[in-house]
Amino acid sequence: MAVRSESPREIPRPPVSERIGPLAWLKHNLFSTWYNTLLTFLVLWLLWVTLVPFVEWAVVNATLAGTSKADCPADGACWALVRVRFHQYLFGLYPVEERWRVLLAFALLVAGMVPLFLPRMPRRILYAIVLILVYPPVAYLLFAGGRFGLVPVETANWGGLFLTLVIAGVGITTSLPLGILLALGRRSSMPVVRALSVAFIELVRGVPLVTILFMASVMLPLFLPPGVTIDKLLRALVGVSLFSSAYMAEVVRGGLQAIPKGQYEAAMALGLSYWQMMRLVILPQALRLVIPGIVNTFIGLFKDTSLVTIIGLYDLLGMAKLITTDPAWLGRAAESYLFAAFGFWIFCFGMSRYSMYVERVLAAGRERD
Amino acid sequence: MATERPARTRRRAAAFWNDARVRAVFAQLLVLALVVAGGAYLIRNTLLNLERLGVSTGFGFLWTTAGFDISQALVPYDRTYSYARAFLVGLLNTFYVSIVSIVLATILGFVVGIARLSSNWLVAKVAAAYIEIVRNVPLLLQLIVWYFVVLGGLPAPRRSLVLGEGVYLNVRGLFVPKPLFEPGFGYTALAFLLAVAAVVVLARWARRRFEATGQPFPTFRVGLAILLLVPAAVFLATGRPLAFEYPELGKFRVSGGLVLLPEFLAMVAGLSVYTASFIAEIVRAGIESVSRGQWEAAWSLGLTRGQTLRLIVVPQALRVIIPPQTSQYLNLTKNSSLGVAIGYPDFFNVAGTINNQTGQAVEVIAITMAVYLSLSLVISAFMNWYNRRMALVER
Repeated sequence: MAVRSESPREIPRPPVSERIGPLAWLKHNLFSTWYNTLLTFLVLWLLWVTLVPFVEWAVVNATLAGTSKADCPADGACWALVRVRFHQYLFGLYPVEERWRVLLAFALLVAGMVPLFLPRMPRRILYAIVLILVYPPVAYLLFAGGRFGLVPVETANWGGLFLTLVIAGVGITTSLPLGILLALGRRSSMPVVRALSVAFIELVRGVPLVTILFMASVMLPLFLPPGVTIDKLLRALVGVSLFSSAYMAEVVRGGLQAIPKGQYEAAMALGLSYWQMMRLVILPQALRLVIPGIVNTFIGLFKDTSLVTIIGLYDLLGMAKLITTDPAWLGRAAESYLFAAFGFWIFCFGMSRYSMYVERVLAAGRERD
Repeated sequence: MATERPARTRRRAAAFWNDARVRAVFAQLLVLALVVAGGAYLIRNTLLNLERLGVSTGFGFLWTTAGFDISQALVPYDRTYSYARAFLVGLLNTFYVSIVSIVLATILGFVVGIARLSSNWLVAKVAAAYIEIVRNVPLLLQLIVWYFVVLGGLPAPRRSLVLGEGVYLNVRGLFVPKPLFEPGFGYTALAFLLAVAAVVVLARWARRRFEATGQPFPTFRVGLAILLLVPAAVFLATGRPLAFEYPELGKFRVSGGLVLLPEFLAMVAGLSVYTASFIAEIVRAGIESVSRGQWEAAWSLGLTRGQTLRLIVVPQALRVIIPPQTSQYLNLTKNSSLGVAIGYPDFFNVAGTINNQTGQAVEVIAITMAVYLSLSLVISAFMNWYNRRMALVER
């Protein structure tokens, strides 16, 4: 307070050495006040007692070599388990000599999706629709076999990350169109359509996914005419798709509500029919607004696929659990689950980063307006 | 309508199937017919299948003897009780685990959410890492790890971890001293209830005086003192009518005391750690939604940092926080049904057992869905009420 300043410019700033450089950074970010100093030491201590033993277990004392638990150190992680069973985490119990079919199908998908990301792709939407219509039968043919000389593989043998991706992929591709239809139904002026949509959405959102899966696995066989059996995986797919479409509907509804009334009125004034208005004017804007919400629903769906473990399918989590019961690796559950967790984490974290990126791009676009 | 008639008759060219209203009615009739036909088809098939399987329909089975045990029951229950009672036990277990987890998740979530905004770089980064790791891994996987790896890796009762006097943690669960209420403890309970009532009255009075005169009153400190001191004084005056039964460590089991089963512990740990990561993000977004000007205005009024948070920022942030918080509580309650994977006897788990025993799939699923649906409706009704109370009252 020695200097009495008239304007802020005259406040004496501390010398450069106190403003920049690592020491200044430490002081500013870690030791600015007495309680910040205390917090810093508290957190450092917490990290010391948790992270250090973990790193010792997971990295320092760990081993990657070996073929059974006898080869593993007592105080370190046994990553040999993951190395030996790696293919099972990826493919489950899919026959070893047929696994090229799964890889080929995924390679086809990646190749098919490349044009979608080309900046100057003409008729991108049409291409996407054709891809969505053509790819699933091809993939199913490759996965299940039974024709063109391909050995049939029962869905009970599908497993691991492959099954997780199949369930998530089917869920994503069916829940988006179904969700859009339900959202339109909920905002429709027809009372019957609206009531049915609201009833479905609220019923599904009000109960846990396990009950839906349970219902799908117990009730679906009862719903069908006597004598018709339905595959366990298909039951799970129906359950997951219905469940996520209800959540998707609410996300899309948020986007529809955010579109100003003037857009609807302008579209109607141009003489567009209801479906033309939705397809050409409203949905392109509404969906773009809620891309982050849609991706978040996808993330939730991806995590929720792990619930099929409960009805006896062997997805990535189910496979990790199955492997822990192998007598050769008994007592090494932590490694198996940790690896599965890492698998899920990579996909979910990637998707959430993508969603944040899109959000940033959209925000920038809106700022320019 | 009558005045529009001439205009309509002149444009007779438009056929009735091009009238939007006629089309709407027709479309709705079509949808309704499809839904009814589909429903009737499914119901017919179901009835045929049930007949073929020889399953009788109806809810009469609820009153027959259940014949299976439930590891944790908050009301008296054993295998001689009815299925209805088993459902009730499961429902109470769902409530129990949900309420405990909601409280813990809220506390942890607020702490992490505020830590995420800390000016301390290390604290903020650790909070961010916690959030990014926990919420990107499926809850079911986390529950399984808590149950099979963390709690399953605990020592046998003989070598229990001692967390305090009479508090033991081992592979059989968490053992704590069991309070034994002696006659006369009722006075302490009564005193506590009276203290709660007194604090409510005091808070209302302080608020009214504050709004009328602007004089603040240290409601929190005085209220806490009343809540603690009055029951404590009564407790001492009536001669400490409370004793504890300490658990005793045996070689293979622990006898006496209160036990929290490992299934319950795993559920609480998993649900609260997972949900807290979502609550933390909601809290962060809520606090960030309060504009900087509000902080600066409060500081220029001479409020301290704590006062600013308590009086200016948190009340405004809560309005943003409460709606998404509601859906997190709903999610947590619904997620408690994952107890089936680790053997926690929640409602869904008990329903599954009953379905296996009786084969009454349709009835069991109907009951399960109805219960979860009403649970969701009750929670969202309660949170909507709370939200309305907190919402900004505009002119």
